[in-house]
Amino acid sequence: MRNVFLFIRRYFVFLLFLVLQGVALWMLFNYNRFHHAAFLGVASEVTGSLNTQVDKVDDYFHLREENKRVHHMNDSLMNLMRSSFINGDTSQRLVIDSTRFDTLSKNRRYLYRDAKVVYNSVNFEHNYIQLNRGANAGIRDNMAVISSDGAAIGVVVNVSPNFSQVMSLLHTSNSVSASLKKSGDAGTVIWDAVSPQYVTLRGIAKNIEVKKGDTVMTSVYSYNFPPGFIIGRVAEIVADAASGFQLIKVKTAVNFASLQQVFVIENVQREEQLQLTTDTEKKIEQEKRTKR
Amino acid sequence: MSDLVKNIFRLAIFILVQVFVLNKIPHLHRFVVPYLYYLFILWLPFTTPRLALLVIGFITGLTLDYFKMTPGLHTAACLLIAYARPFVINLLTSKEASELTHHEPSPRGMGWGPYMVYALILTLLHHTYLVLLEWMQFGTFLDFLIKVGATTAISMLLIFTVELLFPRRLKYRTNTA
Repeated sequence: MRNVFLFIRRYFVFLLFLVLQGVALWMLFNYNRFHHAAFLGVASEVTGSLNTQVDKVDDYFHLREENKRVHHMNDSLMNLMRSSFINGDTSQRLVIDSTRFDTLSKNRRYLYRDAKVVYNSVNFEHNYIQLNRGANAGIRDNMAVISSDGAAIGVVVNVSPNFSQVMSLLHTSNSVSASLKKSGDAGTVIWDAVSPQYVTLRGIAKNIEVKKGDTVMTSVYSYNFPPGFIIGRVAEIVADAASGFQLIKVKTAVNFASLQQVFVIENVQREEQLQLTTDTEKKIEQEKRTKR
Repeated sequence: MSDLVKNIFRLAIFILVQVFVLNKIPHLHRFVVPYLYYLFILWLPFTTPRLALLVIGFITGLTLDYFKMTPGLHTAACLLIAYARPFVINLLTSKEASELTHHEPSPRGMGWGPYMVYALILTLLHHTYLVLLEWMQFGTFLDFLIKVGATTAISMLLIFTVELLFPRRLKYRTNTA
């Protein structure tokens, strides 16, 4: 026993090094898998308040771009207004359908919340964006985030009371369901960590004709993103020799370096959709077992 | 100013510069990430106990990690250089020459040659371990090698610039002090 104590005293520094190293690696691998880490909530509050202060200054450098984006969004919404259309058919009567206003909870699928980017980076393989709204404002994990002109940015992975962390499209473990606007074929958007201006669309079969400049949008199969928000435009098409798919390089619609105002989108029916998926899998498994 | 207060200020400045300047400069190239914050550990006084070095290294790395949302990544790399630092210093300097007359590692106290070797060894250790941990999740082996090389080169350039721009006034330690 005495020898054990002597050994510990003699190599105490080395042992402490090993223990701390173990703690660090455990945090790292744990975080990469579950996106949770010790004290992350408290730490987010501190980094968030600091980031907010710096962001106040940083804002002024992107005002022009932001202004343009907001105006662009307004323009597209103006074009949707009822007064922009004339009713050609005189036998038709205009009826305002009030059900969608009255029974809000039943018919609503997506809920939009505004938020402001306080910190973001594009230089790393794992890029995160910090927003100034958190659990207190109703933001939860897995909500989608789009820019002020409606281009996909990323998905919320972590929330603290007043701030939230978003995994941007520029993250190597990110994968977002996307589809081509023209043909509707769905694939997955990933990032190869090469350039912050380009992401890669995978899973589009070789027989589907894709042209440079085609629009890539969020698909109807995503649980997080509403369909029809732009991700980017096709910049280059490479036929993958190893598989039956093409690799499509997509230029992102959003400039990740100048993000300011964003929307956080909640899919109200997400839980139900996920529940249905798992229940279906269980049911099919059970049926298999009982029949044989 | 006491050592403790001075180093707390230094840590704050290094972390702020790393988070709000170096991490935010426009994307240079996918292999090049400018790192400077670990110079804080290189600048700690000679007399820092090894135990304290480890704890300081842990805190330094963790602070940056919470800003960058990579808990554990920089912590692991900082711990490694905090642990290796005393060995490298013993290797490069004779006790009488610098450790007794000077307060902390600096080019003027150690000489430019030994100081840059000291910085290079620890920089290489830090970046190799850091990039290795990233590479285990993503990338090819060639990427790994090029990234270590490029990142080390830019870090050494930054360290060199900082040493020229901010020469630290040296306190000679005498018996009377």
